[in-house]
Amino acid sequence: MRHSRKFASLAAVSVLAMTLAACGGGGSGGGSTSGGLSGDAGANLDGRGPITYVQGKDNSNVVRPLVDKWNADPAHKNEQVTFKEQSDKADQQHDDLVQNFQAKNTGYDVVDVDVVWTAEFAAKGWLQPLKDKLAFDTTGFLPATVATATYKGTLYAAPQTSDGGILYYRKDLVPTPPKTWDEMMGMCPIAKKNNIDCYAGQFAQYEGLTVNAAEAINTAGGVIVDKNGKPAVNTPEAKAGLTNLVQAFKDGNIPKQAITYQEEQGRQSFEAGKLLFLRNWPYVYNLAKTDGSSVVKDKFGIAPLPGKTGPGASSLGGHNIAMSVYSKHKATAMDFMKFMTNEETEKFYATQGSLAPVRADLYADKDLVKQLPYLPVLLTSIQNAVPRPVSPFYPAVTQAVQINAYAALKGDKTVDQALTDMQAALAAAGSQ
Amino acid sequence: MSMQAEPLTRRGKKGTGAGPENKEVGQDRKQKTQGRAAALLIIPSMIVLGIVIVYPVVDAIVMSLQKDAGLDPATGSFVAGGFAGLYNYIHWILQQCNTPGGQASCPAGTLGSQFWSATGTTFLLTVITVALETVIGFWMAIIMSRTFRGRSALRAAVLVPWAIPTAVTAKLWFFIFAFDGIANTLFHTSILWTGSEVPARSAIIIADVWKTTPFMALLILAGLQMIPDQVYEAAKVDGATAWQRFTQITLPLVKPALMVAILFRTLDALRMYDLPAIMTAGANGTTTLSILVVNQIRIGFNSAAALSTITFLIIFIVAFIFVRFLGANAVESATNSGKVK
Repeated sequence: MRHSRKFASLAAVSVLAMTLAACGGGGSGGGSTSGGLSGDAGANLDGRGPITYVQGKDNSNVVRPLVDKWNADPAHKNEQVTFKEQSDKADQQHDDLVQNFQAKNTGYDVVDVDVVWTAEFAAKGWLQPLKDKLAFDTTGFLPATVATATYKGTLYAAPQTSDGGILYYRKDLVPTPPKTWDEMMGMCPIAKKNNIDCYAGQFAQYEGLTVNAAEAINTAGGVIVDKNGKPAVNTPEAKAGLTNLVQAFKDGNIPKQAITYQEEQGRQSFEAGKLLFLRNWPYVYNLAKTDGSSVVKDKFGIAPLPGKTGPGASSLGGHNIAMSVYSKHKATAMDFMKFMTNEETEKFYATQGSLAPVRADLYADKDLVKQLPYLPVLLTSIQNAVPRPVSPFYPAVTQAVQINAYAALKGDKTVDQALTDMQAALAAAGSQ
Repeated sequence: MSMQAEPLTRRGKKGTGAGPENKEVGQDRKQKTQGRAAALLIIPSMIVLGIVIVYPVVDAIVMSLQKDAGLDPATGSFVAGGFAGLYNYIHWILQQCNTPGGQASCPAGTLGSQFWSATGTTFLLTVITVALETVIGFWMAIIMSRTFRGRSALRAAVLVPWAIPTAVTAKLWFFIFAFDGIANTLFHTSILWTGSEVPARSAIIIADVWKTTPFMALLILAGLQMIPDQVYEAAKVDGATAWQRFTQITLPLVKPALMVAILFRTLDALRMYDLPAIMTAGANGTTTLSILVVNQIRIGFNSAAALSTITFLIIFIVAFIFVRFLGANAVESATNSGKVK
C-alpha cells in the first residue's frame, strides 16, 4: 500500500507536469498550402452575400459607425457586414487569425492585418491575391503603404491606415529643427547647456528597437532585406547607420537610460522637459499638448526624422485590409474593402480615430490639417518611409534584428560583429 | 493511473479479511462486480483526462516530429515540411540551425542559439526565488501562527500580493524599476534595472519573491498548525531551548508540508513566463524556457512542440527527483493542506 501511494503521487506529479507542458504546445499542425489562383484562391470570385469583418478592439469607435453605414445602404440588403471584434493585443490578434485561417474558416471574410503580418499570411496562401477579377486600384495611395501590402510583386491587401515616425523637438531651445543626423548631434551641446538629455527613441529590446534600428540603417542607405527577400545587412551603409546610434550612446548624446525606453518612457521624459529631441509616433502630439503633466505644451515642434542629407527613412506602422481565400462572397468582400479605404472613410479614420490616412491628397485637406496639425510632417515621413522587412518570417527577422542591435547598443558587441551575426541569423530565419 | 490505484487500496481496506487466507466464493464475486462498477464509474473521468491531457501531449509529440513549413523560393509560398525525425530535438539541444550553407551552429539572434542559456536562466531564477521564498515564507508562517491581536488582519494583508494577477504585478514592478521609477527615486540611485543582466534578474527575483512568498507562507502555516501544542510544552518542560524546539520539533514535523510547498513552487517557477515577459521582454539574460516556447510558436509550431516537450521532460525529471529522493508527497499532503484551507 505504501508503494501504491508513492506511485499514485508520482503519477499525479507527472500529470501536473504534463499539463504544464501541454499548455506550451499551442496551435495545431503547421500551415502549408500552395499559392496560385487555383484551389481556394480561384473559387467564389463572384460570390455575393453576407460577410464578416475581423479587426482588433475598436478602441476609438471607428469600425462600428462604418459598418452601420454600409449596412444601412439599401443596395447592401443582402450583403450585410458583421463586425467580429478581436482582443486589443496584437499578438492575440495574430494568433486568432492564424488559427482561423488554418481551420479554413469561411466566416473570416475580410480581415485587418498589421503591415508586418501581410507577407507571412500571403506566403501561407491565406490572403486572396488582388489581381485579375479582384484587382484593387491603388492610385492615390502612398507608395510606401502599398509596398507593405505587396509580396513577390503581387498585391495581397489594401492599405488601410498608416503611421510613421516623426521628430519632436524643443522649439524654445532649437529654433530650426535639424535636417540631418549630424546636424542633430551637433545641437546636443545645447541640451548639455540646459542640463537635459539630447535624443531618445525606442531602444529597449522589443519591436520598437527593430523599428529604430531599421530607421537608422535605412536612413544611411542600407537595407535589412533586399528586393528579393535576401538579407543584406552586412554592408558599409548598414554599418554607418547602426554606428550612428552606437556612437550617440557612447557620446552620451543618447542618455544611457534610453536603453530601457519604449515609446512611453521617452514620451514622459520629453513631456517632463528632460529631453531635447524625441523620435516617436504621431500619438505623442496630442498628449504632449494636453497632458496635465506636460511642461512643454507650447514649447515643442515637430519635424521629419533627420536623415543623411534630407529627411530620414521612417519605418512604417499601420494596418492593411485583406480578403481571406476561404471567403464564399469575394465580390462583396471586394466592395467592402473598397468602401473601407475610400476617401471619405479614410478621412473618418483620421477625424474619429486619429489614424493616419493612406491617401496622399488627404494630407493637404484643410479641415484635417486643422484638426491634426502633424499631418504635413507625417506625410514627409511616410513619403520617405521604408517598410519594415517584408518577410514571411517576420517574427524571426525581428528577433534577429533586436537581439543583435541591442547587443551593439550596449557595447557588448562591435557593430561589425553585430551585423555579421544579424546577417547570419536573418539567413537562418529564411531557411528553416 | 492514480485513479485506478486509489479505489483498489480503499476496497482492500473495506473488505475485512479479504486476504488469500479467507476466500469465500460470494465475497470473491462481490469483489469482481464491485470492481466492474468501479471501472464503469471511473470511465468518464478517464475520458476527460484523455481529452484534456493525453491527447494534447501526444499531439504535441507527434507535431514535434514534423518539420516546420518551409518557403519554396520559386513561388514564395510555404510548403509542408514533412517528417523530421528527431531533427527538432537536435536543433534545440545541440543548437544546430539550418543555414544557407547547411547545418551549422545557430547564429546569435536566432531562438535556437538561446536554448541552453534559457535553461540556465530558468534554473537560476528557480533556485534563487524558491530558496528566498522558503526562508521568508517560513518566517512569515511562524509569525502568523502565533496568537496576537490583529492576527487575521495580518494574514489577510500577507495574502494581497498573491491575490493580484501576475500580469498586473509584473506591470507594477515594471514601473517601479523604470529609470524614473520609485525604486531609483527612493534610494537615490540611477540603476538601469532593466538595462543589464544582474539588475534585470534581480528585479525579476524581487518581484517574484514579493508575489509568491505568501503562497509559501500559507502552505507552511498549514503544516505548522498540525503540530500539537503539547509537543512544545513537553519540550519546554524538558528544558529545550527555542532553537532546539525549532530544529528538533518544528522542522521535522513540518517537513511534509514544506516539501510539498517547495515542490509546487519549483514546478511553478520552472515555467515562469509573465514576469520576465512583461518586465524585460526576455532581454538581458532573462529569457526563460517558456518565453522561448512562446516566441517559437510565432515562428514555427513544430519546433515549438519539440521545445515544449523538452521543457516537459525537464520539469518531469525535477518533479521525479523531488518525489523519489526528497520525499515530497504531493497527493497526501495536498489533501491535508486542502482540508486546512
